[in-house]
Amino acid sequence: MGRQVTGAIADTSVFDLRLSRRGRRLNKLCEALCSPKERDAFKRDEETFMSRFGLTDAEKTLIRKRDFQGLIDAGMNIYSMLKVGSATGNGLYQMGAQMRGETYQQFLATRKISDAR
Amino acid sequence: MGRIVGGIGLSHVPSVGPVVDRNRTQEPAWKPLFDAYVPVREWLEKTKPDVAIVVYNDHVADFTFDKYPTFALGIAEDYAIGDEGFGTRPLPSVAGDVELSTHVAEALVYEHEFDLTICQELAVEHGFLVPMNLCFPHRQNGWPVRAIPLQVNVIQHPLPTARRCYRLGQALRAAVESFPGDSKVVVMGTGGMSHQLQGKRFGFMNEKFDQWFMDELERDPKGLSDITHQKIMEDAGAEAVELIMWLTMRGAAHGKRVHRHYYAPMTTGMGLITFEG
Repeated sequence: MGRQVTGAIADTSVFDLRLSRRGRRLNKLCEALCSPKERDAFKRDEETFMSRFGLTDAEKTLIRKRDFQGLIDAGMNIYSMLKVGSATGNGLYQMGAQMRGETYQQFLATRKISDAR
Repeated sequence: MGRIVGGIGLSHVPSVGPVVDRNRTQEPAWKPLFDAYVPVREWLEKTKPDVAIVVYNDHVADFTFDKYPTFALGIAEDYAIGDEGFGTRPLPSVAGDVELSTHVAEALVYEHEFDLTICQELAVEHGFLVPMNLCFPHRQNGWPVRAIPLQVNVIQHPLPTARRCYRLGQALRAAVESFPGDSKVVVMGTGGMSHQLQGKRFGFMNEKFDQWFMDELERDPKGLSDITHQKIMEDAGAEAVELIMWLTMRGAAHGKRVHRHYYAPMTTGMGLITFEG
């Protein structure tokens, strides 16, 4: 059957093993956020929390800046990112709007029935 | 003998969870979705399955990238409700079926050569729970069916091919049918339809693709299983690749189509299709 992913798709990231490997530290941090205790620790002191997972300075900057596209490009999985989003008060649609280069309200205006959230 | 009594393909959009928990199902934005499940629930009440095999993917809640299985089957008495980063939903844990899941594990590995990861402890999250919420309303202390989680890697490429997922469904059917006990089983293929959750293409949907996918799933599932991940992601968004799990359901359920519905209000094409066993 050959390769299943055969070419780049515009404005799209495909989370493969290379990206997953690159994002290992970031994803490990996100995985920890599935516990209430760790979420509290993250909210209390983000810097200490990030250091615990050995994030590089560039990775820390992406989290500090809430740069969601930057995090995806650095190998954070989208479903991991939802956990950081939640811990920082950014829902999926807020993160999506930022990745599209729009405000939240601009993004909602593109939806058919934006109350379905 | 075990028997497949139905198959359901359906989306597992996470926002449905809080809507159920906060009794918002009759709000105008959500009513069309929940109304579509009224006849499905009636059909299930008549069909009376004993067990639901839920083909789903975990979204980095209980399975993490340190070890990520391609196919993983639960064989436990009971499945806990997972915390996927937003707190644990107020739902009763889900009773499993140890005998059937143990039989299915052995049949899939020995007879059909699907080498599964076997899970004795597994916490389930929206990929599993939203379909359960839509089809099987829970009581305070439990659910109307026992359930068996079958987790598929649809998030870290290389994913299993659509063809492999379809064959898994065929093998699942044979495995259920060789079960010596008397068990009526419904198979649920969850996820999709079109959606993309990252990049500038966030929010991309394609109703035309989704309708075509449901047409082909009914008409020619074997032909549909030739579809590549590239094609699904290009036409329907990167996260739409979850749809390969619908082919597992269709590999197991051969009967005629019963229900079909589509609703795409926000960022995901929420499809629903059911087949008799």
